Amino acid sequence: MEHIRTTKVEQVKLLDRFSTSNKSLTGTLYLTATHLLFIDSHQKETWILHHHIASVEKLALTTSGCPLVIQCKNFRTVHFIVPRERDCHDIYNSLLQLSKQAKYEDLYAFSYNPKQNDSERLQGWQLIDLAEEYKRMGVPNSHWQLSDANRDYKICETYPRELYVPRIASKPIIVGSSKFRSKGRFPVLSYYHQDKEAAICRCSQPLSGFSARCLEDEHLLQAISKANPVNRYMYVMDTRPKLNAMANRAAGKGYENEDNYSNIRFQFVGIENIHVMRSSLQKLLEVNGTKGLSVNDFYSGLESSGWLRHIKAVMDAAIFLAKAITVENASVLVHCSDGWDRTSQVCSLGSLLLDSYYRTIKGFMVLIEKDWISFGHKFSERCGQLDGDPKEVSPVFTQFLECVWHLTE
Amino acid sequence: MEFAELIKTPRVDNVVLHRPFYPAVEGTLCLTGHHLILSSRQDNTEELWLLHSNIDAIDKRFVGSLGTIIIKCKDFRIIQLDIPGMEECLNIASSIEALSTLDSITLMYPFFYRPMFEVIEDGWHSFLPEQEFELFSSATSEWRLSYVNKEFAVCPSYPPIVTVPKSIDDETLRKVATFRHGGRFPILSYYHKKNGMVIMRSGQPLTGTNGRRCKEDEKLINATLRAGKRGYIIDTRSLNVAQQARAKGGGFEQEAHYPQWRRIHKSIERYHILQESLIKLVEACNDQTHNMDRWLSKLEASNWLTHIKEILTTACLAAQCIDREGASILIHGTEGTDSTLQVTSLAQIILEPRSRTIRGFEALIEREWLQAGHPFQQRCAQSAYCNTKQKWEAPVFLLFLDCVWQILRQFPCSFEFNENFLIMLFEHAYASQFGTFLGNNESERCKLKLQQKTMSLWSWVNQPSELSKFTNPLFEANNLVIWPSVAPQSLPLWEGIFLRWNRSSKYLDEAYEEMVNIIEYNKELQAKVNILRRQLAELETEDGMQESP
Repeated sequence: MEHIRTTKVEQVKLLDRFSTSNKSLTGTLYLTATHLLFIDSHQKETWILHHHIASVEKLALTTSGCPLVIQCKNFRTVHFIVPRERDCHDIYNSLLQLSKQAKYEDLYAFSYNPKQNDSERLQGWQLIDLAEEYKRMGVPNSHWQLSDANRDYKICETYPRELYVPRIASKPIIVGSSKFRSKGRFPVLSYYHQDKEAAICRCSQPLSGFSARCLEDEHLLQAISKANPVNRYMYVMDTRPKLNAMANRAAGKGYENEDNYSNIRFQFVGIENIHVMRSSLQKLLEVNGTKGLSVNDFYSGLESSGWLRHIKAVMDAAIFLAKAITVENASVLVHCSDGWDRTSQVCSLGSLLLDSYYRTIKGFMVLIEKDWISFGHKFSERCGQLDGDPKEVSPVFTQFLECVWHLTE
Repeated sequence: MEFAELIKTPRVDNVVLHRPFYPAVEGTLCLTGHHLILSSRQDNTEELWLLHSNIDAIDKRFVGSLGTIIIKCKDFRIIQLDIPGMEECLNIASSIEALSTLDSITLMYPFFYRPMFEVIEDGWHSFLPEQEFELFSSATSEWRLSYVNKEFAVCPSYPPIVTVPKSIDDETLRKVATFRHGGRFPILSYYHKKNGMVIMRSGQPLTGTNGRRCKEDEKLINATLRAGKRGYIIDTRSLNVAQQARAKGGGFEQEAHYPQWRRIHKSIERYHILQESLIKLVEACNDQTHNMDRWLSKLEASNWLTHIKEILTTACLAAQCIDREGASILIHGTEGTDSTLQVTSLAQIILEPRSRTIRGFEALIEREWLQAGHPFQQRCAQSAYCNTKQKWEAPVFLLFLDCVWQILRQFPCSFEFNENFLIMLFEHAYASQFGTFLGNNESERCKLKLQQKTMSLWSWVNQPSELSKFTNPLFEANNLVIWPSVAPQSLPLWEGIFLRWNRSSKYLDEAYEEMVNIIEYNKELQAKVNILRRQLAELETEDGMQESP
């Protein structure tokens, strides 16, 4: 509460874009520790969570007061007019502080208290049981087993504790492969298709540079393809543009050499990186936010943002994945650079196409819990929850949700 | 004239038909005077029953002795026929070409069609001007029906009966007709019951370079204004174009002569620009490379959605003048047969709930398009695939239907009809077994004796069994004036028409069926609840009566 200089300002106007009478609503603005609240003269409440605020801007003083424009991370834009400049300045500074948290403990989730008792709270956290999910998929079975190698997060900090690997892959193979993969994220099971006995596996890029090899990593991939009794070959999908993947080789990383890995078919499915996506969204929001656009300007703005092109790239990759499994009966290993952005998108979207369970409400929750949360998608950094590196912010999860939305249409 | 003369080969076996969403099927191809029919070899069912008049263009290709004919239809469908034998293929192709480019209207199918259903309502008499007049004449005594154009002598493209201000006599009308393009003197298009304001429409005034004026014309439109009130003239041409029209004898209403009227120019494109736009759009939709950037830039380059925005914006402006400003308006372009009608009919959709009911919409099309003299025969002679030189073709009516769909999409509960109704109207405007869209105006339709010799589309559509396909399950009647958004973000491409043959609508259709079932079931349950409530109420009063001493 120490950031808040003014807790209440009266006679504030809220400009309403959708109001048919084009009038603004006058009311009172409140600042709490967690929210901004505006109550208008009709008692209608507008709540904005401080953590949803992306930017605050003070515009030039006008005759009606001091304009304050708040852009939110959920694409909402709110335009207030505060009668006194000093009040506006105070609110502006308070919001600047309140919208950027340095510690997790300051986030709203830690102070939100819906009057649950401890056992109710615990139940909530146990609602999604990934062990049950793997069982539903049909593992462990004769080809796949649960590995305890990462039980204490010793092999890979960003992977979950429960990992499923081919039964014939011994611990030394797993450990060896993890040393050959960026951030230790070695190939593990994401989804097992019972009917086809084919698997979706995920990992990060190999630390192959130009010529390095790792026998354990090669054995692990072999084990994955052997775990598929129907098909002798498996696909390795690198979800980066070829150029980017090649550039990584100079830094000692890169992609799998088909010569070294028997029975793999290597495939680039170029999806751009988090920086491209961040600026794409920025451009899209600019186009959408511009008033009085002509149709031509709208479409050329849309095209130059590239947003839909990226959405299509993610969807195309997921379709390729689903076809590999259903039509060719082949297992697929998916990776990008670190295996927690594009990999998460493609694996989860592909699974959604393949398995109707994930299209139920509970199943969708399970899917997100598995492929996004447990496999270490950096929600905190990607969604800018804390005041961190702006270059780590990127709408990766948003894109996934948009792809799912397109499917519902 | 015998159709048989044009049919070189009436029948070929072992023809393979390729069409969207179905696997290829082999069968026997038959050519009749009006149709192309393919019966499947398997079970003799008719796989294809295509009107020659629906054919826009055909391409021929040969690989060895196997000929392929690609038929591009006016409804944007593309069909392929593989015909064994070069001679048969060439014969079929030239027969189709001859049969799909017949000159005389009386040779077209509506003159030969015998309905297979029992005709309960004669659609030719469903929407007569006198009946339409009845609907608002109780609210006002300022208007009358004029029969001055009974013989189509005063205005060849107007209907025989028109609505004009009561204070204006037929002689005045005759004089005004000489001052307006095509004799199209200003007449009533719509009367807004809420405030008595009206929409009038006409052709351009023939002021020419001399600044000619016509006192009768001024008297006529001034008669629609209340004392001391002003009106708006919406000219669907830019000021430049309107000024240039003077060199050809046309022009616009000058302020000096029409001091009570304010003129607004809202440019709407016309003729070949619209036709080119359609051609580019359909070409973009058929592009199989599936590249996102290319799709967006082709979509933009077609300008189709720009036209939609222009038309809707002008219609909103017209509606605003009537409903918000409380002022009467006069709308015209050059001839008053294209953009004028788009604006007047869309304004009524916005303003009047009746136009959003099925019968009201049919009446709207009858009044503002058919009787108003939109030259359907000319405009719909060719569609997006035509490769011959075009003269008068333009997708004006399709643009109107697209605009209606845009409003329907933004207000899904305000229309009694659904998207399929609009698609059906589009199809029948270009090729039909019914006579409704034949001819260019009422005069031609009379001369052709369409009422006696052909069946009306409305007779078929208004049968309950057919109507159920076109009824919107979400419809809730309301009295609102509905204002659509015209921002580019709000105007998506009409997939139901333009992507109909490019992607299967199977799952969307299933979802729609499911929605219809849910709504039906909900209605049944609601009815049950009402019955039970009544029973409960009755039981309670019975108990009450028993308890009282």
